[in-house]
Amino acid sequence: MIPGFGVTFGLSVTYLTLIVLIPLGGLALSSASLGAGEFWRLASDPRTIDALWTSFGSSFIAACVNVVFGLIVAWVLVRYEFPGRRLLDAAVDLPFALPTAVAGISLSALYAPKGWIGEPLSHLGIKVAYTPAGIVVALIFIGLPFIVRTVQPVLEDFEQEVEEAAATLGANRLQTIIGVILPRLLPAILTGFALAFARAVGEYGSVIFIASNIPYKSEIAPLLIIIRLQEFNQPAAAAVGMVMLIIAFIMLLVINLLQAWSRRRFGGN
Amino acid sequence: MATDRLALRTPAATAPSGTVSGGGASPTTERPLVKWTLIAIAAIFLAGTLLLPLITVFLQAFAKGPGVFWATVADPDGAAAIELTLLVAVIAVPANLVFGVCAAWAIAKFDFRGKAFLITLIDLPFSVSPVVSGMIYVILFGSSSFLAPLLQSVGLQITFAVPGIVLATIFVTFPFVARELIPLMQDQGSGDEEAAISLGASGWQAFWHVTLPNIRWGLLYGVLLCNARAMGEFGAVSVISGHIRGVTNTMPLHIEILYDSYNFAGAFAMASLLALLALVTLVLKTFLEFRFGDELAATRRH
Repeated sequence: MIPGFGVTFGLSVTYLTLIVLIPLGGLALSSASLGAGEFWRLASDPRTIDALWTSFGSSFIAACVNVVFGLIVAWVLVRYEFPGRRLLDAAVDLPFALPTAVAGISLSALYAPKGWIGEPLSHLGIKVAYTPAGIVVALIFIGLPFIVRTVQPVLEDFEQEVEEAAATLGANRLQTIIGVILPRLLPAILTGFALAFARAVGEYGSVIFIASNIPYKSEIAPLLIIIRLQEFNQPAAAAVGMVMLIIAFIMLLVINLLQAWSRRRFGGN
Repeated sequence: MATDRLALRTPAATAPSGTVSGGGASPTTERPLVKWTLIAIAAIFLAGTLLLPLITVFLQAFAKGPGVFWATVADPDGAAAIELTLLVAVIAVPANLVFGVCAAWAIAKFDFRGKAFLITLIDLPFSVSPVVSGMIYVILFGSSSFLAPLLQSVGLQITFAVPGIVLATIFVTFPFVARELIPLMQDQGSGDEEAAISLGASGWQAFWHVTLPNIRWGLLYGVLLCNARAMGEFGAVSVISGHIRGVTNTMPLHIEILYDSYNFAGAFAMASLLALLALVTLVLKTFLEFRFGDELAATRRH
């Protein structure tokens, strides 16, 4: 039979252990060595709690915005033929390819009071750059492809016969979309939401340039980790990191459960 | 399949229009007004959130003329940052490439317990915040870790030095090649390799002459994305680098330093190089999807 199992499996697991598992284990160990009381004291520090709220709150808002627009983008890309469709389709992946620091300085230049978008907004009395709203803008940029790319393939595989059946049974187009198509897209939407949300919670590079980074107000959790490390307060940094890691694992679990559920319910993929 | 759908759609379209949405619109499409409104919303949204930031980078990079651009790139610290970024990618990408091929071979060609768990573990770095990814190496190798005396005795500096930057980059780009190859090689099965081996090829020959040609475009796809992330990583590298100008500054970190010292034109000049890399990556990626869609993992075909 095919040879090479021992070598390839051994190499993969060794590399995985050295690069990923031992370092992550080290973080878990160093948080555990703090003891439950001390860990809780550090994790429930008001500045930590506020940073976590800022991260999770703005990630949630950004993921919700992305669900709405991502759904429209995916729909348009799959269902309609129009000039420039291919270009838009390719552009959706830009946030995957563009380094976060580049996105960060560019967004903050755009949304600054004198920027292309910031100036018209400032006439309306809206400030985006250097406010918590700026964080949301950066996270929308980061999260968009996750929604589009999870919904798109499901929409492509959608049997249009189902829509025809709904139409012949007397449903109008809006009823068909809301009552028939959207429920079938729900698992993909939730998966995309979870992926975008998880990515946004950990995001650092694109946010710090556009946020004012004021403690208790617009300071995200990853930034707080860096500040604690710069203060040589490694236990506090580890505690914040551990909380984020635990939440990331829960998100990963939720994503896997969602996918298992959608496979059971809708089959395929 | 497309023709089946077409054939099925025709009778529905000619169904009595009184029972479906008014205005005589086809029951499975939207009215032109709705359609073009949706297209306009999508186009404006994508232009505003994606294209405008990209254009801004290039415009700002040359806002003060090409002189500032060249001064930034040719500046010793700038050049050192570009060199370091290339060095890190040259180490991290091949390392993850070899791992990705090994992991995909073991997972796709053999059955063993815990396979699904192994795949989950391989994907793990994607769900860890970049900052946490950098921090775990600071905790493991930093001055207060239990490894510190050992590292000091052999004179190996990892944190605030190039090895740490390379390690953090490897961590954040860890899954790219593997997650592209695993579904692709699982799809392809191992029939071709079995045939080659039954005809007398060695395992290595089978890999080199049978597997590799089958997976080359998928491999390139994974390497492309891996490289883009390796050169652009900011958070993880920021934690571990120590930001020593000309020594441990990668291009993204140099952008931050220039930006924080109000040298915006310089920051955008450096950023435009990375944006160009992103554009090249996107174009090649789109080309691969378009031209070799069948030879990429099923999830990438569109």
